[in-house]
Amino acid sequence: MSSFEPALVFVLACLSFGALAQAPKFGSPATEADIAAWNTEISPNGAGLPPGSGTAAEGEKIFAAQCQACHGEKGAGKPNDILVGGFGTLRTPDKPAVKTIGSYWPYSTTLFDYVRRAMPWNAPKTLSDSEVYAVSAYLLSLNGIIGAGDVMDARSLPKAVMPNREGFTPFPRGVR
Amino acid sequence: MSKRPAPPLEPAAGNGLLDRRLFLGAGLAGAALSSAGAAAEPLAVPPWSLAPGAPFNAYGSPSKFEAPAVRKWVPPINPATPGIGASRTPHAMLEGMITPSGLHFERSHAGVPAIDPAQHRLAIHGLVRQPLVFTVEALSRYPMTSRIAFVECGGNSGFLSQPLAQPPGPPPDAQSIHGLLSCSEWTGVKLSTLLDEAGIDPRAHWIYAEGADSAGMSRSIPLAKAMEDTLVCLYQNGERIRPENGYPLRLLVPGYSGNMNVKWLRRIKLVAGPVMTKDETSKYTVLLASGKAWQFVFPLEVKSLITRPSPGAGLKGPGYYEISGMAWSGNGRIKTVEVSADGGASWAPAALAEPILPKAVTRFRMPWNWSGAPAVLQSRAADETGMVQPSRAAMLAERGMRGQYHVNCIQSWGINDKGEAANVFV
Repeated sequence: MSSFEPALVFVLACLSFGALAQAPKFGSPATEADIAAWNTEISPNGAGLPPGSGTAAEGEKIFAAQCQACHGEKGAGKPNDILVGGFGTLRTPDKPAVKTIGSYWPYSTTLFDYVRRAMPWNAPKTLSDSEVYAVSAYLLSLNGIIGAGDVMDARSLPKAVMPNREGFTPFPRGVR
Repeated sequence: MSKRPAPPLEPAAGNGLLDRRLFLGAGLAGAALSSAGAAAEPLAVPPWSLAPGAPFNAYGSPSKFEAPAVRKWVPPINPATPGIGASRTPHAMLEGMITPSGLHFERSHAGVPAIDPAQHRLAIHGLVRQPLVFTVEALSRYPMTSRIAFVECGGNSGFLSQPLAQPPGPPPDAQSIHGLLSCSEWTGVKLSTLLDEAGIDPRAHWIYAEGADSAGMSRSIPLAKAMEDTLVCLYQNGERIRPENGYPLRLLVPGYSGNMNVKWLRRIKLVAGPVMTKDETSKYTVLLASGKAWQFVFPLEVKSLITRPSPGAGLKGPGYYEISGMAWSGNGRIKTVEVSADGGASWAPAALAEPILPKAVTRFRMPWNWSGAPAVLQSRAADETGMVQPSRAAMLAERGMRGQYHVNCIQSWGINDKGEAANVFV
């Protein structure tokens, strides 16, 4: 037995202990610019809204071409979700609730976010940002939330006052 | 010879429910209980014992005789949008606590994406010290955690909050009403490990999780839950997650509403407040009779379901049966399950099968001597937090008829004198 061996064992033990003392890290450092193409969600205060703008008149044409087949004329629904109307149906518990962008959705930013990421269903992410603003303007206008001539952009869209903005309450048994 | 006392044959509750101690070893052998049939016939040697069987195959599948045990779904409302909707687990044909991966329910908003794992990435960014991007291979190198947990769609059992017990169409059954619940062993990396690596900015209180599907399904989740027990899963029941359940990565947010367990996970952003995505505002919110709606309804509360007998899996004549079912709670372990055969007039405790794990399905069983007379079977679970599964009437009294999501009330199966089971509202 060499007297050198215990020292070598000690050194190796220290090295392996040192390696284990730090948690393994396998993530690749990135910049926000690297992630920008995916970074599309829109916060309720409008953070994340891109440049561009659109009006209901522009949106009407896009809606007729891209949305109406599933959502009906003027967003009346069928075969897929109804998007317009339903006002007054949330507080009539004996009748069906008609939940639309106008009657139920609390934030206009959700409309922009969802149309941009997921619509039209068969070709999502193909509308330009200005086209998404225009479709959003059209649906908000049909619901009487903005005027027919209002321009929707990063500044104006979050200010659209949704009728059911105060319609939600946290689940009372949410956190235990 | 057993010296144990004979099992109690006196009913434990009305309409023939027997004491669960029947299962505790003395067994049924000494009990004067039987559904004795005709005498056995002489045994023949079957053809499969007379010739060699099939050779190996690369990936097994169930016996062809089990063809009915499959997921089912209703046709899409719009044939042009076929990937919107769900397929459901056939509970009445399954046993135990684990759902086979191929029968785990599916829910998608834009079909099942065909993701190449070599090209898939998970980004973690926002309110962090250092944004990070992970390959699937990199994630597979972290220490792994395994746990058994249920996943239940927030819309499961919504049928019970509408007024008709037997609406026009196919008779409702355990699969069509409750099939958006499944339970698997999930294996993956603790999300807390990855968030710690990115470095959490103290201003962050929520995470935003997003899928790589074309609908970009996304939910906001409290940071505390993300750090507590949330997993970035790579494996389901020992194999890589099936495409329809999130391949190659999905979140497991134990006990929380199904679609928070984001499938095809590609991005987590740390944020100060919830993003208010489409699926946490316009959907998965519980509209109350008042017109207000509960939002951020996270835990799936205590619930149970008798899977056998149930519609399509009825009884063949009077006699002894084992009632079998599942119980689960998004708030912890199942503590008790009681069963009634007389529509809730009397109850007796069921036997719970080990292991009883938090936020997982627990199998319960109950011996029953069916007289042949009509009966109404119910099960009522309680969890370790003291919460008890409500009656349908109590649930509807709290929220009205239009709640639609997170329906956890007691299911009633009516048994007629032919032994057929059907959904009833009592």
